[in-house]
Amino acid sequence: MILDSHIPEGPLAEKWTRYKNSQRLVNPANKRKLNIIVVGTGLAGASAAASLGALGFNVDIFCLQDSPRRAHSIAAQGGINAAKNYQNDGDSVERLFKDTIKGGDYRAREANVYRLAEVSGDIIDQCVAQGVPFARDYGGLLDNRSFGGAQVSRTFYARGQTGQQLLLGAYGALSREINRGSVKLHSRHEMMELVVEEGVAKGIIARDLVTGELERYAAHAVVVASGGYGNVYYLSTNAMNSNVSAAWACHRKGAFFANPCYVQIHPTCIPVHGDYQSKLTLMSESLRNDGRIWVPKKKEDAEAIRKGEKGPLDIAEQDRDYYLERRYPAFGNLVPRDVASRAAKERCDAGYGVGTTGLAVFLDFASAIERLGRDVIEQRYGNLFQMYQKITDQNPYEVPMMIYPAVHYTMGGLWVDYELQTTIPGLFAAGEANFSDHGANRLGASALMQGLADGYFVLPYTLQNYLADKIYEGAATTEGEAFEKAEQAVRDRIAKLLNINGRHSVDHYHKALGRIMWEYCGMARSKESLAKAAEEVEKLKQEFRSDVYVPGKAEEMNPELEKACRLTDYFELAQLIIADATQREESCGGHFRIEHQTEDGETQRDDENFMFVGAWEYHGADTPEELHKEQLNYEHIQIVKRNYK
Amino acid sequence: MHFTLHIWRQENAHAKGHFEKYEIDNISPDCSFLEMLDQLNEQLVGDKIAHPVCFDNDCREGICGMCGLYINGRPHGNDDGVTTCQLHMRKFTDGDEIWIEPWRAKAFPVVRDLVVDRSAFDKIIQAGGYISVTTGGVPDANTIPIPKYVADQAMDAAECIGCGACVAACKNASAMLFVGAKVSHLGLLPQGQVEHLDRVRNMIVKMDELGFGGCTNTYACEAECPKQIKRQNIARLNREWIGQMFGRDRKN
Repeated sequence: MILDSHIPEGPLAEKWTRYKNSQRLVNPANKRKLNIIVVGTGLAGASAAASLGALGFNVDIFCLQDSPRRAHSIAAQGGINAAKNYQNDGDSVERLFKDTIKGGDYRAREANVYRLAEVSGDIIDQCVAQGVPFARDYGGLLDNRSFGGAQVSRTFYARGQTGQQLLLGAYGALSREINRGSVKLHSRHEMMELVVEEGVAKGIIARDLVTGELERYAAHAVVVASGGYGNVYYLSTNAMNSNVSAAWACHRKGAFFANPCYVQIHPTCIPVHGDYQSKLTLMSESLRNDGRIWVPKKKEDAEAIRKGEKGPLDIAEQDRDYYLERRYPAFGNLVPRDVASRAAKERCDAGYGVGTTGLAVFLDFASAIERLGRDVIEQRYGNLFQMYQKITDQNPYEVPMMIYPAVHYTMGGLWVDYELQTTIPGLFAAGEANFSDHGANRLGASALMQGLADGYFVLPYTLQNYLADKIYEGAATTEGEAFEKAEQAVRDRIAKLLNINGRHSVDHYHKALGRIMWEYCGMARSKESLAKAAEEVEKLKQEFRSDVYVPGKAEEMNPELEKACRLTDYFELAQLIIADATQREESCGGHFRIEHQTEDGETQRDDENFMFVGAWEYHGADTPEELHKEQLNYEHIQIVKRNYK
Repeated sequence: MHFTLHIWRQENAHAKGHFEKYEIDNISPDCSFLEMLDQLNEQLVGDKIAHPVCFDNDCREGICGMCGLYINGRPHGNDDGVTTCQLHMRKFTDGDEIWIEPWRAKAFPVVRDLVVDRSAFDKIIQAGGYISVTTGGVPDANTIPIPKYVADQAMDAAECIGCGACVAACKNASAMLFVGAKVSHLGLLPQGQVEHLDRVRNMIVKMDELGFGGCTNTYACEAECPKQIKRQNIARLNREWIGQMFGRDRKN
C-alpha cells in the first residue's frame, strides 16, 4: 500500500489557500442532516465540535470525565506559540515553520507544519475574542515570552495556566453550541470500538461509565481527538485517565499508527520519590526563561548533597556546573526538550545527580530573583512555585528546585494525511492523537497551537470536503451487522477480563509495564535494551492475561474494569513502540539510540535511510505489525544538522 | 504512618449509603491523599472482599477540578489553597482518624461512593457562561488594548476550576462564587460587555432552577476555594443582577 498524504499542488505558502479555494462544501440546509462524532473534549476535540456545530452540523461529543472542561489540555502550563511578531523581534510564519521543522529534527511533513504556522495567528485572535485573559503589558497589549528552540518571543500565556484558559475558551464555545442544540454532550462515556462498514467509518460503540451499558452511535464521520499515549509508561505527566484506547480501537480496525517510538521526555518535572507514586508533575518549560539548571562540579559535593550533609546553598558559585549554558552557549537553558533531558540524564549517570536518589538536577532562580525581584518572579510563576512547594514541602524562592525528566507528550499517533484523515475513510484524528506536525520532537508551546489549529481552522474545512457527497447516503443508522459485531466484540472483551479472576490488580501490571518501558525503551535505547524490553513485555502480557483480578461487574461504575481495558491496549502499544524503536536505526529528536550518536553525545540522524514516517498496520492480536513508509520530501527547507550550540 | 478511615460507601444513586471503617498502614508522609486511597484500593482488591472505593480524579496536579472529597468536615481537607489531589499526608498526624465524604448538595447527587454528579455546573455555563463568537471573522488580538490590572482581575476570576468545593462548603449549597467568578471573568473584559446583562440573568435563573441555594454572606466558599477565588465576585454578581433589572430589556 502506498501512503498518499494528499498534499495540494503549488508553492508551499499557497497550498492551504489553494486547498480552501477548491475544496467541496456542504449546503447550509444539508449540514444539519449530517452527523459527526467527536471523541475527546480537549483543545482539539472541543474546538472542532464547537466550530462544526456552529457551521450547522449535528455533532455528538464524548468525554470520559464528568465534564468536558476536565480534559488534560487543561494542565498545559506555559503557553501557546503564534507568529504574530508583536515583539518586532523578527518573527514570521516562515520562521515559526522553520523552527518547528528543525525542532522536530526534520521528521515532520512540510506542508502540514507550514499550515500550522500560517493559522497560528488566527488562533490568538479567536481566543482573545472568546475572553481568554492572556497576559498583557502596561500598555494593555499582549505580552510574550520565549520557549525552547526559538530565538524570538512568540509565546502567548495566561500566567502558568495557559492550557486551562484556552480550554475554558473552547469549552465556552462548546457550551454555547450545546445550548443551541447543535452539539450533544455525552460525558462519562468512553469510546470502546470503532464501527467500520465496507471500509468506511460509520460510528462508535461507547460505554456509559456510570451504568456500564454499551451504547451505539452512528455518524457520517468520526473525529478522534483522544490525546496521547504517554501513560504506557505508567508514570508520566499525563492525567490518570488519559489513555490510548480510543486511538487503538481505530488502529485495530485498520487505521495506521505512525511513529510510535517518538515519545517526548520533558526535562523539568518533579523527581520520583516513592513506589506508591501515581503520577509526575510537570514544572513548566517557561521556568527555563529565568531559571538556571546546574549540578555540582565536584562528585564529592554531589554525594554530600545526596546524603543530606550539604545543601545546594553550600556549593560556591565556581563549583557549580551550569551544564546547558556550558554545552549550548547559543540557546543556553532554552534548548529543546529532548536535548535538555538527555543532558540531565548524562550528568546524573556520570554521578553528579542530586536529591536522595541521585536522579535530579537543580533549577535555580536565585540570580533571577536578585535581578528582577521576588515580586516579578512571583507574578510570572507564582502558581508553579506554590504547586512545587505543596508537593515537595520546600520553598523554591529560597532553595533551588529539584527536577528530573519525565514522559510528557507523544509525537506519534494515528497516521493522517493533509486533511487529517486516517487510512480509514471517514475517520479523522486531531491534536495529540495524530502524528502529523511535530516530527521527532515537539517544541514547547506548540501542542496547544496544534490542537486548536486542527479544531478551529483545519477540520471545519477538510471535514466538509469529505462530507460533501454523504448527503446521498441518507440518515446515519446504528442498525446492521457492523454495529452488532462491534458491540459483541466489546462485550466479549469485558467478559474475558472479568472472568480471569487472578491474583494481582491491574495497577500491579501497569506499574511493571511502565518500569520495563522506562528502563529499556525510555530516554536512551539500544538494540540490546529493546530486545530485552520486547521479551519482558511479552512475558508480562501473558501473565496479565492469566493472572489479573478485575473485581465487580460490567453493568456498574467500575474503575478497575476501565483500567483493565486500557491496559490491554497498552500492552499491544508497548510492543509496537519497541518494534518501531528497533527498526529506526538512527537517533532523531526524542528517539535516541545510543549506537547512533556523535562524539559529543548528540543525536545522529541517518537521512539517507530513515527520512520517512513509519506507519504501522495491525494484523490481529499477537501478530507482528507491518511497516509502511511515507517518504518525507523537503522541497522548501534546507536540511542541516540540528545544532543549538 | 497509620490511619483509621471512615469512608462513605453507596452503591449507586438510589441505594442507601453508610460509613465503612478501614485501617491503613505504611503510608509515607510524602504521599498524596489520593495516593493513600490508591493504596487502600490496592488492599481491597488484594483481599477480594470489597469493591474498591470509587472517587473522581484525573490530572492529580490541582487544575482539572475533578477530585473533591469532604475530609474531616472540610472540602479538600485541612490545607489551604489546594485540591484533594495536592493534599499530602504530612498534613495529618500518625494514627489520625479520617472521615471521608462526598460533596453534599442537592444539585450534586451521589453517583457512587465518593463520586457525585456535577453536571449542574456545565448546565449553568451552557446557559450563558461564554462570549458568543463563532470561529473565524474576529478582529486582530491587539485591536482592543485592555489595561493590565483589568486583565489581571479577569484572570484572577478565571482561575476557577469548577470543582464544586464552594457549593460543598456552603450551608445553603450556593453556587454564587462559581457563577460570580465566571460573570466577573467575562464581564470585566471589553469582549464580554455586549452580552453581559443577558449572561448574568440567564446564569442566575439557571442556577436557581437547578436547586442551588442563595448566598447569606458566610464566605465559607472563599475560605475553602482551592484557587482562592475572592468573595468580591459574589458582590459583583449581586450588583450586576440588580443592574440587569434596570438594564435594557431583551425584547426591545
